[in-house]
Amino acid sequence: MSHTYNFAYLDEQSKKMIRRSVLKAMAIPGFQVPFGGREMPLPYGWGTGGIQLTASLLGKEDVLKVIDQGSDDTVNAVSIKDFFRKTAGIRITENTPEATLIQTRHRIPETPLKQGQIMVYQVPIPEPLQFIEPRRPETLKMHAFEEYGAMYVKLYEDISKHDRIVTAFDYPALVHGRYIMSPSPIPKFDNPKLHQSPAIHIFGAGREKRIYAVPPYTDVISLDFEDYPFELETWEESCAICGSGTSFLDEIITDDKGSRLFVCSDTEYCRKNGKKEA
Amino acid sequence: MYVAVKGGETAVKNSRKLVAKARRGSKNIPEIQAEQIENQLGLAVDRVMAEGALYDRKAAVHAIKQSQGDLVEAIFLVRAFRTTLKRFGNSRPVDTGKMKVLRRVSGAFKDIPGGQILGPTYDYTHRLIEFEDEPELLQSQGDPQGDTGGTPGEKNEHLTRVVAILIKQGLMNPGQEELIGEKIEDLTRQPLKIPASRSVRLQAMARGDEGFLLGSAYSLQRGFGLDRHPFLGELRVGFVEVMVTPPELGFDIKVGEIKVTECFMINRNNGTKEDAPGFENGYGLVFGQNERKAMSVSLLDRSLQNSEKDSDNKYPARSQEFILSHSDNVESSGFVQHLKLPHYVDFQSELISIRNLRKKHWKNRKKKDESHL
Repeated sequence: MSHTYNFAYLDEQSKKMIRRSVLKAMAIPGFQVPFGGREMPLPYGWGTGGIQLTASLLGKEDVLKVIDQGSDDTVNAVSIKDFFRKTAGIRITENTPEATLIQTRHRIPETPLKQGQIMVYQVPIPEPLQFIEPRRPETLKMHAFEEYGAMYVKLYEDISKHDRIVTAFDYPALVHGRYIMSPSPIPKFDNPKLHQSPAIHIFGAGREKRIYAVPPYTDVISLDFEDYPFELETWEESCAICGSGTSFLDEIITDDKGSRLFVCSDTEYCRKNGKKEA
Repeated sequence: MYVAVKGGETAVKNSRKLVAKARRGSKNIPEIQAEQIENQLGLAVDRVMAEGALYDRKAAVHAIKQSQGDLVEAIFLVRAFRTTLKRFGNSRPVDTGKMKVLRRVSGAFKDIPGGQILGPTYDYTHRLIEFEDEPELLQSQGDPQGDTGGTPGEKNEHLTRVVAILIKQGLMNPGQEELIGEKIEDLTRQPLKIPASRSVRLQAMARGDEGFLLGSAYSLQRGFGLDRHPFLGELRVGFVEVMVTPPELGFDIKVGEIKVTECFMINRNNGTKEDAPGFENGYGLVFGQNERKAMSVSLLDRSLQNSEKDSDNKYPARSQEFILSHSDNVESSGFVQHLKLPHYVDFQSELISIRNLRKKHWKNRKKKDESHL
């Protein structure tokens, strides 16, 4: 059975539908827009929301970068790049400034983004209130009425129990003073990169069939309290390869005696930074 | 000294090669042919078409072969193919009353107009594995009499539906009209909204996972949502015609026949002050021959109808959201298995968070211990 697929896999009608949802999402920052999510040849939970966004946003001139856990070379990133290389035949890069579209899972690159770039996020659970209230009709109401008390109570409970907010990733943020948004499971370390970013950030949840966005130069404020301000992770170590003391570091176990070293999670940044220092 | 975090590309390439090899198995054994799957694994093909939500035997057959018989994987392949196909119109509603029946039974009535037709079923076989080295068992079965399935049967006349009899007697509300017409929503084009209309619920269940729906229906029967025994009004399996009316022609054209399983389940309703006592029906329609699924869908259809009215959805199988949001095996299989993907970054954040908590924990413990001294 021979069958030829359209440019970037999805048919043009589906792409148009997704782009319309993206426009709506851009117009209401942080609001989760339901969309007619399509089935993709990759499994749900592996980035189908992001892939659909990328497929509908890609043009022939685009340069695509795909990262997973900050790295260009992890298995899922390789597989997604492979998919678009095959179905769209576009240029793929690892160089962050060169990319016009960056699909990511769990990280925002260390290299500052610029105007004209689009970040596409793979989102497993788009609803920031999901674990406070799993019923969708209820959370819809909570968002509609800005009833975010329950979220603050949860953070407060953390403080009363642990003397700090323990949420480490997928840290909720208030978008332009209106909607609370899940930034997807990026470490909270990356949250500030969304605030007043010159790039477009679009979030796609394939299984839950929702799209939301942070347009350029939008306020994205991580939730906190005056007396318990939002804090970032810090490391005592610096990167064992490039020496960076400011990037997000992954811990690598080097033997079975518990020795470990720390390296940049963003491999592309690390390589460049290493060259600069050398 | 740097540890290998690179090398994903080669690993993926090798993995693909390995699975292709595993799929083919030993080269000393002839490769299984598509025709063999289509003819000898017909019920697997039916299931893949139903949950793949695409009536395309050829696609289902190749998907089964490609997935080494892992039907959920095959369903996924069919869905991914289906999603790329163009819509060129809607068919007319199929008339299951005019079904070419292979099989048709009712558990509620001993005899029904048109008769009970047992047809091809495993219901009355003895579940004894017929190992190839036991030819006697095979021979003792004798030759089957009449049609054994796979092709349209002979019964082509209009067989009255059992529920139609109850409706005629005023014992049951028709309640089917809402399901027929061009205005029905399409779950594959619009995201699921809760509460969902009945047509959307039936669509979701028609493509839902057989095992999940079966278990959920079973929970109803075990008292988790049903307080009395339901009855099988009618179960029929057969071929129905698919008719299309091209707008430029204005008359019906038969584009083909599809095999479906249709089920009506009857539940007693004691009535309220306003509503007279009577029966309610639960409905299920699935592609191919899949009776346990059609029956499960019918049971759930009825329990979800009631979930609209009463707030008593403390049982999972009475909650629309619980059933409809979790019945799709392409969604659930993907998300459960995504845990195989790397989560280094999030786990790193957890490590830091936990270490900080532990530091504080030990500090507090120390303080407490000291104050006891």
